[in-house]
Amino acid sequence: MNDKGYKLVQGNEACVEGALAAGMRFYAGYPITPSTEIAEICSQKLPKLGGKFIQMEDELASMAAIIGASLAGVKSMTATSGPGFSLMQENIGYAAIAEIPCVIVNVQRGGPSTGLPTSPAQGDVMQARWGTHGDHPAIALTPNSVQETFEYTVKAFNLAEKYRTPVILLMDETVGHMREKMTFKNISQIEIVNRKKPSCKPEDYVAYRPDEDMIPPMASFGEGYRYHVTGLTHDETGFPTNSSHVSEGLIRRIVDKVEKNIDNFSYYEEYRLEDAEIVIIAYGGVSRSAKSAVDELRKQNIKAGLFRPITIWPFLEKQIYMVSQAAKEIYVAEMNLGQYSLEVERVACKNCRVKKINKVNGELITPEEITEAIGGSYEL
Amino acid sequence: MNCSETTSKYYRVNRLPHIWCAGCGHGTLTNTVVRAIDKLKLNKDEVVIVSGIGCSSRAPGYLDFNTLHTTHGRALAFATGIKLANPKLHVIVIMGDGDSSAIGGNHLIHAARRNIDITTIVFNNNIYGMTGGQFSPTTPYGDLATTAAYGNIDKPFDLCSLAQGAGATYVGRATAYHAVLMQKLIEKGIQNKGFSFIEGLSICPTYYGRKNKKGNAFKMHSFLKENCIDKKLVDKDPDKGRNKILIGEFYNNPQPEYIESYQVIIDMFQG
Repeated sequence: MNDKGYKLVQGNEACVEGALAAGMRFYAGYPITPSTEIAEICSQKLPKLGGKFIQMEDELASMAAIIGASLAGVKSMTATSGPGFSLMQENIGYAAIAEIPCVIVNVQRGGPSTGLPTSPAQGDVMQARWGTHGDHPAIALTPNSVQETFEYTVKAFNLAEKYRTPVILLMDETVGHMREKMTFKNISQIEIVNRKKPSCKPEDYVAYRPDEDMIPPMASFGEGYRYHVTGLTHDETGFPTNSSHVSEGLIRRIVDKVEKNIDNFSYYEEYRLEDAEIVIIAYGGVSRSAKSAVDELRKQNIKAGLFRPITIWPFLEKQIYMVSQAAKEIYVAEMNLGQYSLEVERVACKNCRVKKINKVNGELITPEEITEAIGGSYEL
Repeated sequence: MNCSETTSKYYRVNRLPHIWCAGCGHGTLTNTVVRAIDKLKLNKDEVVIVSGIGCSSRAPGYLDFNTLHTTHGRALAFATGIKLANPKLHVIVIMGDGDSSAIGGNHLIHAARRNIDITTIVFNNNIYGMTGGQFSPTTPYGDLATTAAYGNIDKPFDLCSLAQGAGATYVGRATAYHAVLMQKLIEKGIQNKGFSFIEGLSICPTYYGRKNKKGNAFKMHSFLKENCIDKKLVDKDPDKGRNKILIGEFYNNPQPEYIESYQVIIDMFQG
């Protein structure tokens, strides 16, 4: 660290620093490129803080272990990439229905299957939303720099704790492996959120009875509140039920507690949007190219701007709709064959054309590719 | 302590009656777990019972501890997270034969290999009961099941040998008939600082028994009574073990425990 408080840090390293700052003291994972540094650094740092690291037998087990640790009261995390993310889907659904806070980091690489292990991609956007079966809430955040990786890892924990739900930090290989300067100087002022605990006596505790905010207070195992947790559809007591009425209520509540609060965690960046007629929507590593492309297009007198969602799930419907009202054309640039763009098309107003800039060859979309795609098709 | 006192102290009486079929061995086995916990005078607030999916895995719901009914096969992985996060807790895992050795087989061998201080109890009824009687990794060769219409050609696991081979430091087997022995093995398993594996042979009169013409629950219990023999007796006279199922304590060999080993690393950094 230099005397101005800056340090050269890798994205994956910043993720660990953010997690530790948020209070993460349990990590379970399985080695996989390009996320492995997260596990390696956790294995070095956690015991020094009295925390625990365990390398599990696979990603199914890693996900299960972090849920168990969180139930025992410890903030927990795992990190993986596409193939492991697929295996984690089973217990991500468990964490969603049993309402266990935890953070899952997915440093995306090329897929499907083993795909391109060392190359960036953004092919897991829809999987982050719909990867596990059944209707469920989803929160996913997408940083585009090392500094942001730190900050949004903290936010991922805060959201997991606040809403009692798994939160996905959707990185990509570009962001995970880049190194840039990062400041730690405001670290002590970071807001840390901890899960809401029951204030009643154990005999009065009804484990899944929500407060007005739709979120039930959570006791840790071992604190004297003996209760039951299941992945089956359950009533307020936590025990399984086949009641159609109760089942409907549970699923709607766990989805609503997230979606109806979206205004509290709608993170995004707007760049040169004031008079923009052409809006590029990009996130993660690609958004850095998109920003350069905006500057280049402006030099060519094309009124371009960037809208960059950081909260990628739930979808920022309100903001994207506003953007589409002001723009003539939206270009969604992403390292997949069009995933986020499907949602943009869904909400964009009808007189705004939505076009796609896609790439799935394991290379980052360049600023030139964006300016060419836009310059070639945009009529002044 | 008589049965009703045990029931009111350790069962969530308002969750009864249980879902198991008439004659199922799982109720008896569940009671052996409860009696072992009672004998050891464990604090209920510090006991966690974790299960997977299947008939056996409904047991924790009836018990007044911290209880976690997880996904199919993954109970030991959840339990590993709980135990590491709070080593003060007594973590007991109840699984079925398919749960522990088919879908959860990988988690079983790795939890055993680590010798993490978890007591694993498998209710082995040789069948997938919850889904209607498909063959499991412990269905005997040649037996019938709804997915083995012409006889099972898979060879069965010996679960105790599997666990011991993988690194469990306490291993034993009893049955739903041999409830007193089962309770003792569970007590010793809980006391073992490390990974303990206790197999409880159960019976499934509804699916396995009916499909294979094993008779009613009484006859199936009688089979366990007549065909099991304690390893201690066989050690003295190997002839007695011929064509019998071995029960009793098979292995008791304490080794360094996983979380204690981790604590040594943590302690290196504490001043």
